[in-house]
Amino acid sequence: MIDTVSLWVVIIGLGLGSFGLRYVFLGLVGDRPMPAWLLRHLRYTAAAIIPALVAPLVLWPRATGGEPDPVRLVAALATFAIGYVTKNVFLAMVCGAGILAGLPLLY
Amino acid sequence: MRIHASFWRGMRDALPFLVVVIPFAVLFGVVATEAGLNVYEALAFSVAVIAGAAQFTALQLMMDDAPTWVALASALAVNLRLAMYSASITPHIGAAPRWQRVLAAYFLVDQVFALTQLEYERRTMPIAEKMAYFFGVVIPICVPWYLATLAGAMVGKAIPESLGLDFVLPIAFLAMLGPLLRTPAHIVAALAGIVVALSFAWLPYNLSLMAGGLAGMMAGAQAELWLERRKEGKA
Repeated sequence: MIDTVSLWVVIIGLGLGSFGLRYVFLGLVGDRPMPAWLLRHLRYTAAAIIPALVAPLVLWPRATGGEPDPVRLVAALATFAIGYVTKNVFLAMVCGAGILAGLPLLY
Repeated sequence: MRIHASFWRGMRDALPFLVVVIPFAVLFGVVATEAGLNVYEALAFSVAVIAGAAQFTALQLMMDDAPTWVALASALAVNLRLAMYSASITPHIGAAPRWQRVLAAYFLVDQVFALTQLEYERRTMPIAEKMAYFFGVVIPICVPWYLATLAGAMVGKAIPESLGLDFVLPIAFLAMLGPLLRTPAHIVAALAGIVVALSFAWLPYNLSLMAGGLAGMMAGAQAELWLERRKEGKA
């Protein structure tokens, strides 16, 4: 169970921190130019962080006690592939969820 | 009148995103309830943060008994992309009054960023119309985010655990990942993120996420430089 104090520390801290990240350039930098090296790193933040977050969850799902699970692997690969090819986030989500729910019924 | 037109155009353009925002927010409400949060705590989370990925990350780490600072730092790492959004939108709306920029910063979520960026590049507008469009987009995206979180938290316990809900989060992230990988450098960043995150999985408290994220950003930046140099060499 999550402790109430740490929960509120995280809610408030994450709220302020996220606002800070959103405000930092819009509010404080304005029209002044930013160093190219910083922009170059920021460009890849989402592309780097999301797979780093998801890869362990896909390979070692918590629900199976960390054992790789064929249904989850297939659903994950299909979701990514559909999203990559079609660039359609919603379609990829629906197909992935469909495989996740439907594939176990075939056994 | 033009300002009203821009506002309504923003609302209309954002409407299709309801199909992504609502399930994602409902899911957050459900997962938050399963983690032991009450309805108000789940709603406060969504109102304070409005960033699904970071909210899920923080919640997951707290459920894993990670120290508070690790949950906070990892979720902020997930949100670093918001600084990039802030940087890219500043040339377009940096001239707006400060109170409008403060509000815009609070509402600068993935979908709002994507839609406004597209519109500002497509159409030249005075600053007041740009801001009207921005807040038009915000309404169908951010208001349902709060309401659907609330709905998810209220029905949370009614949803059976056997549905594989633990895996809906990875599915949502993977669906967003494909369209993000626009260039070879983005793919390099993703691969480096995966390799480093998995190799350092033995680190406590998901610190491997930060390692993977930083390694991926550096790899992406280096790949971009290398690709540029190669292009110049050929030209």
